[in-house]
Amino acid sequence: MRAPAVVVDDLRKRYGDTAAVDGVSFAVEHGEIFGILGPNGAGKTTIVESIAGLRTGDAGSIRVHGVDPWTDREALTRILGIQLQESRLQAKITVREALELWSAFYDDPLPWRDLAARVGLAGLLAARFSKLSGGQQQRLSIALALVGRPQVAILDELSTGLDPRVRQEVWQLVREVRDTGVTILLVTHSMEEAQHLCDRVAIVDGGRIRALDTPVGLIRAAGAGTTMRFTPSAPIDLQSLRELAGVSSVHADGGGRVVVQGSEDAVVLVMSSLAAQRAVPQGLHVASGSLDSAYLDLTAAETAAETAEEHR
Amino acid sequence: MSTSPGTTAVLRTEARLFGRELGSLFWIVVFPTALLCILGAIPSFREPGEWSEQGLRVIDFYVPTSILLSMVLAAIMAMPPVVFAYREGGVLRRLRTTPVGPSAILIAQVMLHAAAVLASSVLVFVVGAVAFDTPLPESWAGYLLAYLLAVVAAFSIGAVVTAVTPNARVGTAIGTIVFFPAMFTAGVWVPIQALPDTLRTVLGFTPLSAASEAMTDAMAGGFPDLSHLAVVAAWGAVLSLIAVRTFRWE
Repeated sequence: MRAPAVVVDDLRKRYGDTAAVDGVSFAVEHGEIFGILGPNGAGKTTIVESIAGLRTGDAGSIRVHGVDPWTDREALTRILGIQLQESRLQAKITVREALELWSAFYDDPLPWRDLAARVGLAGLLAARFSKLSGGQQQRLSIALALVGRPQVAILDELSTGLDPRVRQEVWQLVREVRDTGVTILLVTHSMEEAQHLCDRVAIVDGGRIRALDTPVGLIRAAGAGTTMRFTPSAPIDLQSLRELAGVSSVHADGGGRVVVQGSEDAVVLVMSSLAAQRAVPQGLHVASGSLDSAYLDLTAAETAAETAEEHR
Repeated sequence: MSTSPGTTAVLRTEARLFGRELGSLFWIVVFPTALLCILGAIPSFREPGEWSEQGLRVIDFYVPTSILLSMVLAAIMAMPPVVFAYREGGVLRRLRTTPVGPSAILIAQVMLHAAAVLASSVLVFVVGAVAFDTPLPESWAGYLLAYLLAVVAAFSIGAVVTAVTPNARVGTAIGTIVFFPAMFTAGVWVPIQALPDTLRTVLGFTPLSAASEAMTDAMAGGFPDLSHLAVVAAWGAVLSLIAVRTFRWE
């Protein structure tokens, strides 16, 4: 069996009196899009910068394809590409020069013209870095992270400053890159981004992992699955709905409306059960749970637990 | 990582970018020769000075001084802001995540600024000799040695300025504070050799005055005083060491 692409084991890092990262462990599988989600100052950037060898942890260890990023930077740079948060290039370098320069760093780079086209910079090859918009600089930065055909790519605040259309394109690019076998670590504070892109998400807060699961798993664990609301056209047996697989709660609100919460799969079962009972769900409204609510539930629960601990 | 393709590519790219810095190129390459021409236009500067042991004219002294000026402009005024911008903008950090590493870009910057100094020096030298009949060195070996040591000393001053400053704003201020004494000790305002003996002796312990003395000696006398060469070399060695020890990559 192949070892995971990235293994972080009990990483700790202090700055002065504050623990930025306080015992974080996780493993990222090959070809996975792994999200690190959390509020500002949660320790996300410290974690990925430790993986990239830009910081050395006070304790713990990290392996990227077996390479120790803290002692073997040279080997690491050949397998890992990173798009750093708020990182600028030389003010007067053109897009073309930057891509050519970065291509020269690697033995077998991606064809940079294709890459430029895929991040929507084909028409801006002659533009200087300082003349690019924030979103264009961001896209160039993404291209440079990928040009060396990394086996692991770290994208820190990928879609900050991108307009919605470009963001969709960049997400598509990330999926395509993953489909070529690249493992991707995605740092974000956008729930939407994590939910759309990530296979698994670690929710980080206060330097610790609060939860680690698939987006769906996180939503389910937080009890914020799919919610169906409808008014049955005929009386129905609520208990029969409760017994369906994937249904977590069923109750009738005052106005004859029924609210069913459960997994996505439960929706179909509820529908067929209603059909069997010859009831039509009128005014049907189905809302999928979002990572947003799961995240808020999880971090709120932690905060409450911590507060309780402090009062003890 | 001596001459990997990546290092060469960094040098090539930085050379292109340096070519876009017309301001820096003017001050480093053109201005010292322009100064020499302006001073050379003053008739009395083309008369032998009584204060000169070797019967040199003021304009003759300004050949080494103009060369030292180009070093000061390149190493202390032009280069540090480039490095500040690379450090604060995250260019160095970004390069740390590539196989090439951040030192390649700093080495490229030093090489390019030194190349501009060399071009400027040749220009000063040729224009001086052709237009004002300034003497060629009696001791080429002594002249080149003094020149090389002066380049090292000047760039190590710039390197220390870059290393010890926390940010670009402070760095530019420190650069300016260092710049004026550097100009003075290089003899831009008054030739060192025209100063009173006591002051001249004291200034002989500064890197640029000592370099000026050594280059003037090599021009008009013979192989320069070893004490002057030693002063320039010592400054270069000590300041380089300080710069390397204290340089912050981020």
